[in-house]
Amino acid sequence: MEEYTLKPGQIGDPLNRVDGRLKVTGGARYAAEYNLPGITFGVLTTSTITKGRIRAIDTKAAEKAPGVLAVVTHKNSPKVPGYNAGTDNEGSRVYGQEFRVFYDDRIYYNNQPVALVIADTLERATYAASLVSVTYNEDKHQTNIKTQTEKAIKPERPEDYARGEANAYKKAPVRIEQDYHTPIHVHNPMEPHAATAVWETNDKVIVYNKAQGVKLAQKDIMKSFDLKAENVRIHSPFVGGAFGSSSRIWPQEMAAILGAKHVGRPVKVVLKRDQVFNMVGYRPRSIQKVGLGATADGKLIGVTHEAMGLTSTYEQFTERIVHPTKSLYSSPNLNAVYKLVPLDLSTPCWTRGPGESSGSFALESAMDELAYALNMDPLTLRLKNFADKDPENDKPWSSNFLKTCYEQGAERFGWSKRNPKPRSMRAGDMLVGMGMSAGIYKAERAPASARAKLLADGSLVVQSAAADVGPGTYTIMTQIAADTMGLPVGKVRFELGDSSFPQAPPQYGSHTTASVGSAVHDVCVALKQRLQELAINKQGSALYQASADDLVFADNAIRLKGRSNGVTYTEILKLNNLPELEVTKESKSGPEKETFSTKSFCATFIEVHVHPATGMVQVKRVVSAVDAGKIMNLKTARSQVLGSTIWGIGMALMEEGVIDHRFGRYMNKDLAEYHVPVCADTPDIDVILIDKPDPIVSPTGAKGIGEIGMVGFAAAVANAVYHATGKRIRELPITPDKLV
Amino acid sequence: MVIQASNSTVMKNRTFSVLINPGQAPPQAGRRDFLKQSSLLTALALTPSTVLQAAETVLGTEGSPTAENIPVVIEINGTSRSLSVEPRVSLLDLLREQLDMTGTKKGCDYGQCGACTVHVDGQRVLACLSLAVMMQGKQVTTIEGLAEGPERLHPMQEAFIKHDGFQCGYCTPGQIMSAVGCLREGHADTEAEIREYMSGNICRCGAYSNIIAAIEEVKKGGQKV
Repeated sequence: MEEYTLKPGQIGDPLNRVDGRLKVTGGARYAAEYNLPGITFGVLTTSTITKGRIRAIDTKAAEKAPGVLAVVTHKNSPKVPGYNAGTDNEGSRVYGQEFRVFYDDRIYYNNQPVALVIADTLERATYAASLVSVTYNEDKHQTNIKTQTEKAIKPERPEDYARGEANAYKKAPVRIEQDYHTPIHVHNPMEPHAATAVWETNDKVIVYNKAQGVKLAQKDIMKSFDLKAENVRIHSPFVGGAFGSSSRIWPQEMAAILGAKHVGRPVKVVLKRDQVFNMVGYRPRSIQKVGLGATADGKLIGVTHEAMGLTSTYEQFTERIVHPTKSLYSSPNLNAVYKLVPLDLSTPCWTRGPGESSGSFALESAMDELAYALNMDPLTLRLKNFADKDPENDKPWSSNFLKTCYEQGAERFGWSKRNPKPRSMRAGDMLVGMGMSAGIYKAERAPASARAKLLADGSLVVQSAAADVGPGTYTIMTQIAADTMGLPVGKVRFELGDSSFPQAPPQYGSHTTASVGSAVHDVCVALKQRLQELAINKQGSALYQASADDLVFADNAIRLKGRSNGVTYTEILKLNNLPELEVTKESKSGPEKETFSTKSFCATFIEVHVHPATGMVQVKRVVSAVDAGKIMNLKTARSQVLGSTIWGIGMALMEEGVIDHRFGRYMNKDLAEYHVPVCADTPDIDVILIDKPDPIVSPTGAKGIGEIGMVGFAAAVANAVYHATGKRIRELPITPDKLV
Repeated sequence: MVIQASNSTVMKNRTFSVLINPGQAPPQAGRRDFLKQSSLLTALALTPSTVLQAAETVLGTEGSPTAENIPVVIEINGTSRSLSVEPRVSLLDLLREQLDMTGTKKGCDYGQCGACTVHVDGQRVLACLSLAVMMQGKQVTTIEGLAEGPERLHPMQEAFIKHDGFQCGYCTPGQIMSAVGCLREGHADTEAEIREYMSGNICRCGAYSNIIAAIEEVKKGGQKV
């Protein structure tokens, strides 16, 4: 029998990240860090107008510059067969015609790529890109949703919803009706988007990029270039943050692929920070109206939520902005309407806590306003309208610990010490405010596959085409496999980020753990089954002809229950003359899931200090109580909620992509002017993980944790600011100018 | 000075890049204030005159930037390297694109995010705002050279793993180099001080609480950093 130092590494253990060493030593390689032999550098030249056509594009000077191999524009770009597919974009996540790189002379948005300059060094490519001279025929553009609301359209993929009577809130004895605004948010992951493309043969391309979904990226490129799956390889083992911005193929991938085809060498294209602002999506500005009506004792009678988002002129980006409203509270009457305003901007994209974060800012601010109108505690109001089942479809919850979140959150925060009167609490000179909110987010599971390979030395390799953009997927999948197989974590390696691996859904929408985690679990169960068959059917095995019911899997071995004799996994392979044992398994939900509503929940409690003279707001204290099902790793899960908190603070107080509408161009397209939270902005954060398994969503009991902590967060801050100052801020971000 | 880069100006601005040391920021100054304080004059003062002359010659000749490489000797992670670089190559791009030392990250290229923090002669410096030719005769330490050897991590690296001071890992090398600098400068005595002196390094995943915990632990542990 072999001996291993066993560390349980069980599901739930706060195991250090298995990729931690690579990340702290600089050994983890990200998209722009594949310095392949013969590598060349591509730099994008971008449009200086917002709408119109290219009149002339002069690339002569750039082509003559030292080290330049080529300049690719719409005039000489290799053809993209998929670009001619027209607007029939069936199966695409976004309705419409995708933006076509170097396709024709049309300009749809400012800073749009118009040329790719390829040179032998980055410096030479960057300089030569400045020499490309473009003249335009400019058309009048519109980039301001506030002046274009009458142009709003109903999207082709509508999100409208109604139950009971429309606008019933208007007849309620106590009612509020208010408008709320959220601005453009830019994901701004620390790693700028990058892609290196290599054509191995005329019809086989390898792309090193940052992808939340390597299979999705593969599919997009297959479609564009009319290639078979085996001829498109996506490689993305490390992603330096994405938050939604790497959930589809963008210009840097297409430019690198086209450039590499043109020059016959590998081409690396890295976006500059200002290009990250409009080439890889953003959270669209929203204009929302919420009407709430209740009985005098606080029972909701009617809810109306009208939301408007912006999109580009070539695609209709829709998100789940009215979804929290549909399901969070019990109200017999509810109507939700969602419209889009097409503008001369690039297409938005899902951004952490997508839709739900913007929508819940309106809903949860309105709930606080209703609580004040009722003269009722905001937490009491929420408890009073707690939904025992999902009011959207009358399905029972698969699990719902929102009340536990309220209870434990309020207790830990000290909510009972709050004097509800605005401007009533102080700490020294500072006004103190306390606010809270609730959050709800879908807990989905998509079909996923995993391959498990047991090697002769007893170690296990598990592969799935998943991503780890930071939540700790490498680590928790390792834990799930180790726990299921009865192996120490040191004997398990999980691999992801390669399109040649078995199918996995992209890492967005908080469903990697439930989907890929289930596949990893199930493939390990299948592998155990195979090992068991081999162990009991092989003469010479210590378990020959043993009954399956008497067997246990632990410590790298199968043993008889309550006995020490058994056979190790390596011995089973040896006995059967197998160099390794491989099993691939697809895993998906059973039909019972359809009879339940599956969601994650949270309650957020926030204390702010506001300087009475300057209006400066500091978030001092956060208690975030989250019901995300069974927690796979208490350390990385807590970190996810810390991240949601920091994102929530950015959304509430700082972040806003500002466009100068005269020119249709971002004014704050860098990290000094687009403010994100820094270390000094970090409050005391108390994370409560309810950690109760969901019996329906996944066999591991996990729901999803990446987004939920952000849902409602900005409203909790706004509610705290109201409590501190008596001023209700209905347009994010809550900057000092709005408070003085 | 906040360098606004557009295609037409970025390379010219690069010539006037600024060597800044986040550790020298006044205690009360935020990241944004500090960036504004870094002046063009400082940049010129720090740039060797030969480089400026070379750069003027090159960039003054429209369309024919026949830049001549300049020999430099830089000690990188304890090894002396004799290199020949274009004057406009930043230390960051030298490391990443020419030496394949990709542990030092490019987050913004404008000195606003701290991802490229390295140590030059023991002080934290932003590699994206430092020209490679300015490193003549200097000692540069990157994340790859922080640990004593492959077997033994630096205490700050250990603490970052233990406290989960990162998620995606991209800002991490810069955070760790900055954290070591913060400690060496004597700016880690209180949590408030750590927050202030680590605010030049953005972490978009939001691992700040854990980063603070890691630095506090190393500080309390009293190990030599």
